[in-house]
Amino acid sequence: MALSPDEVRRIAALAKLRLSPEEETRLAGELSAILDYVRQLEELDVSGVEPMTHALAAGETPFREDAALPCLPPEEALANAPARAGTCFQVPRIIE
Amino acid sequence: MSLPGILDRSLTDLCRALEEREVSSEEITVASLARIEATDGRLHAFLRVAPERAVAEARASDARRARGEPRSRLDGVPIALKDIFLTKGLETTCGSRILEGFVPPFDATVVERLSAAGAVLLGKLNMDEFAMGSSNENSAFGPCRNPWDLERTPGGSSGGSAASVAARQVFGAFGTDTGGSIRQPASLCGVVGVKPTYGRVSRYGVIAFASSLDQVGPIARTVPDAAALLGAVAGHDPRDQTSSTLPVPDYLAGLEGGARGLRIGVPREWLQGGSEAGVERRVREALAAYEAMGATLVDVELPHSKYGVAAYYLVAPAEASSNLARYDGVRFGLRAPARTLGDMYGETRDRGFGAEPKRRIMLGTYALSAGYYDAYYLRAQKVRTLVRRDFDRAFERCDLVAGPVSPTVAFRLGEKVADPLQMYLADVFTISCNLAALPGLSVPAGLHPESGLPIGLQLVGRPFDESTLLRAARALEREMGPAPAPGAIG
Repeated sequence: MALSPDEVRRIAALAKLRLSPEEETRLAGELSAILDYVRQLEELDVSGVEPMTHALAAGETPFREDAALPCLPPEEALANAPARAGTCFQVPRIIE
Repeated sequence: MSLPGILDRSLTDLCRALEEREVSSEEITVASLARIEATDGRLHAFLRVAPERAVAEARASDARRARGEPRSRLDGVPIALKDIFLTKGLETTCGSRILEGFVPPFDATVVERLSAAGAVLLGKLNMDEFAMGSSNENSAFGPCRNPWDLERTPGGSSGGSAASVAARQVFGAFGTDTGGSIRQPASLCGVVGVKPTYGRVSRYGVIAFASSLDQVGPIARTVPDAAALLGAVAGHDPRDQTSSTLPVPDYLAGLEGGARGLRIGVPREWLQGGSEAGVERRVREALAAYEAMGATLVDVELPHSKYGVAAYYLVAPAEASSNLARYDGVRFGLRAPARTLGDMYGETRDRGFGAEPKRRIMLGTYALSAGYYDAYYLRAQKVRTLVRRDFDRAFERCDLVAGPVSPTVAFRLGEKVADPLQMYLADVFTISCNLAALPGLSVPAGLHPESGLPIGLQLVGRPFDESTLLRAARALEREMGPAPAPGAIG
């Protein structure tokens, strides 16, 4: 199945990726080839098969108590911020 | 014990030498750093070496020993970590430009436990970007090379970890394995690599790729070394919601128990010409060796394992597309200057991610998008169930299954980069173990008859039965004698 350039652009927008026209063309081909390959799963009858949504048996991973625990102090949490304003992460203006 | 000859010895031997005060942690740490200095220009196993920190840790370890208060047997042993583990105060990039300069504010649980055991961290190891790859060529900082042949890849994604251990730069390392990323590079570099059962080792502070598949494990030069390293980090961690509460056995206790009485399943699907002849020959010889040691070989079937790569390349990218959404330039890592928030996201992610993460984000976003979820992600999750059932059925008749790790020996740099699908198929034998959440390992099974490159045997076991896998691997290791050292870097 071939992905159209439009579809590649639509997915890139969903994924917040800005692709160059060359990347769009290359990815359209590569993704189409991979999707053709994974299509072999259609050979299998999976009716009545439960999806494996958890790798471990129930009960092996208990819930913790719903209690507040210490978290990073603001200065440490902000230490890697590309831009900050006071104790906030700063980003470009959202509302004009 | 003489320096630098001691660098050739196992981690287990080093523990003994430290205990008997034949060598100090500082001496061995300095010798390891010198070895890295002398070899890593050619190998590029390290993304970052932390010599001052390492020597300080080593001196502290020696002081503990002098007081008679070592933290564990591993106290003072030099190790290194794939650059996917968060290390407080030490830059962590996951092989990606988008995290260049990121200095974590906390340690991964694995790092905490190794530190509590007294291990000395020499630095952070090269890897495919976000652990996506099978050759280490997807590292944004340049590929690592195979110490057996510098024109070949060490495998991936934990390529730096396997190459460094094989090249005697460190006594052990930790990597992560989502579809084969510990076992395949271990096989291609001639060392031991263990992917434990999903949930056995905490993923807290390990940069996430595909959360339902990722698992942490050791890479070492011998099976006892790997068992000791696994024991140091395994066990429940309340900070990882998928961490199992099952008790951790002493992995060293039954290690020398031999192979007598073991029932080894041989999946028909793993030995029907899917590997190059030299690989298949060494795997069959290893199976024959087990038989000679008193194990029984049992024919088993894993009919759905051939669908593993297809299911994996839906599940893993889908989870990756979600996990990698956090790299948006807001809180840490790269931020591209832009006038609007939307432009900032797009520009940051375009500049920060390499081709493979972009490819997988696109694939995963597509597989999860409206109208495709049932056909792709949900169907793949159902196929995971079928893959797991195959193993469950096999384990009714055997204690573990055995086969190749990689269909080929180490391939040349550049050989597969142009065709993503060919690269994905490098993991054809390792992926089903991750899909089924089972423990697996790679143990050296000799060298290729013509090329002289290493070949690993894969063993896959029942959930949380790492002990049986390690015992079986140890039996083969003893039978084969000391694994040879790579010759390409001197």
